[in-house]
Amino acid sequence: MQRYSVFAVAREAMRHHRGWQRAWRSPEPRKRYDVVIVGAGGHGLATAYYLGRNHGIRNVAILEKGWLGGGNTGRNTTIIRSNYLQDASAAIYEKSRSLYETMSQDLNYNVMFSPRGVMMLAQTEHEKRGYLRTAHANGRQGVATEFIGPDRVKQLCPIIETRGPRYPVLGALWQPRAGTARHDAVAWGYARACSDMGMDIIQQCEVTGITSRQGHVTGVETSRGPIACGKLGLVAAGHSGVLSQMAGFRLPIESVALQALVSEPVKPCMDVVVMANTVHGYLSQSDKGEMVIGGGADGYNNYTQRGSFHHVEETVRALIETFPMLSRLNMLRQWGGIVDMTGDRSPILSRSPLAGCFVNCGWGTGGFKAIPGSGWAMAELMARGASTLADPFSLSRFAEGRFIDESVAAGVAH
Amino acid sequence: MLILTCPACGIAADETELHPGGEAHVARAGPHASEEAFSDYLFSRENPRGVHFERWRHAMGCGKWFHAARCTVTLEIFGTYRADCTAPPEALLERIRAARPGWSWRDFK
Repeated sequence: MQRYSVFAVAREAMRHHRGWQRAWRSPEPRKRYDVVIVGAGGHGLATAYYLGRNHGIRNVAILEKGWLGGGNTGRNTTIIRSNYLQDASAAIYEKSRSLYETMSQDLNYNVMFSPRGVMMLAQTEHEKRGYLRTAHANGRQGVATEFIGPDRVKQLCPIIETRGPRYPVLGALWQPRAGTARHDAVAWGYARACSDMGMDIIQQCEVTGITSRQGHVTGVETSRGPIACGKLGLVAAGHSGVLSQMAGFRLPIESVALQALVSEPVKPCMDVVVMANTVHGYLSQSDKGEMVIGGGADGYNNYTQRGSFHHVEETVRALIETFPMLSRLNMLRQWGGIVDMTGDRSPILSRSPLAGCFVNCGWGTGGFKAIPGSGWAMAELMARGASTLADPFSLSRFAEGRFIDESVAAGVAH
Repeated sequence: MLILTCPACGIAADETELHPGGEAHVARAGPHASEEAFSDYLFSRENPRGVHFERWRHAMGCGKWFHAARCTVTLEIFGTYRADCTAPPEALLERIRAARPGWSWRDFK
């Protein structure tokens, strides 16, 4: 692999940038791989990367029905945080956040991780009590967060109207080491590193069937022919249900559209990420100057990847109360992604009823921040059959009543 | 925006007037059901990429619950029907099968 560095940039500048190589190969699929991962989004690529880096499993193919990182990896609001209430969630999200800190160096690819700090506003007494509780829990889990008062909120983010009238800011849960990263770069960086390890990333290759013998997975049927495998990882977010049906089991997942929008670019006006869960919108400013706004999820199943105008209206109406300066901004783009929601709003990282087949899904509305941690845990699970980070998120938790209930913890989709 | 016709009051209601209620025709597992069956009843849901049966409530209108058949990809509405039934009307099923050859949903019990 051609390493990226300031010297590489200088060298290429001298020769009209004609020496750059493709970041990853686009090979024809082989007949058999030790491991096949379905889904070349962030989670799938990260799983493959850590299989290779941590466990030495490099005979791996990553299949993608569309293009690399074209699903939710390219459709999120790029927020990275780990201020969760439950221990199992805090562990995997904090692992993830810490991996983001060194990702650019690890992958030799600039993912533009910006630990600018995330604050979750408390705008009702109930929410304030909830975040005080989360701050205490985080203290015990080793996640650096603190509950800050309205004055500090105003100091960190001057464009907030803290006095209400309808939803005054009573404080916030502040995680200074949380932040944002360049979402596409995360997928591209992992893809480049996977390809460099000899893994095959096969795009425009849709899985149409899953074959098994005596209860053990043997391979997949694809739009580019059959591919045999020793182990299979299904990492397809919103489309996991369709795949699990092919494998002959059901997942406790429903797919809904979650949407976001961005404004026209403006001068730098906020250098933190703000989540306002009571009014249900979250906001950050991109490096280009656009205000990136995340909204709510649809209440009913769908695969439309577009969202709906009345949700945009609700989100924007709520946000301009807390951020009055937004009221004069034009919105540029709006888009939707299909998120896979579980009953307890926590992910599924698990073996499946089909031996040799593993699932990584159910990240719902919070998948981007989890990419490295999810890949790390999933790789360990697939390579060794168990993983301390992944085990609490097994499929059996639903039958056992062992929920990792983050829906109650956050009070909203998150 | 979705527009569903409420079979109780007959009004063609906007999505903002309605509240989605999840998968339709989920039969409660009986008192002597296995743990697996009960867990299925609580958590397993159909998640089709195609026509789906759902419960909706005309929350900002007459307040009644009803059922709808809707495609999760195109958002096309195939019809709505009353809440007090355990399976969709045969005529509606025929209409869906005609429009979407090869379509299937789980068995109605």
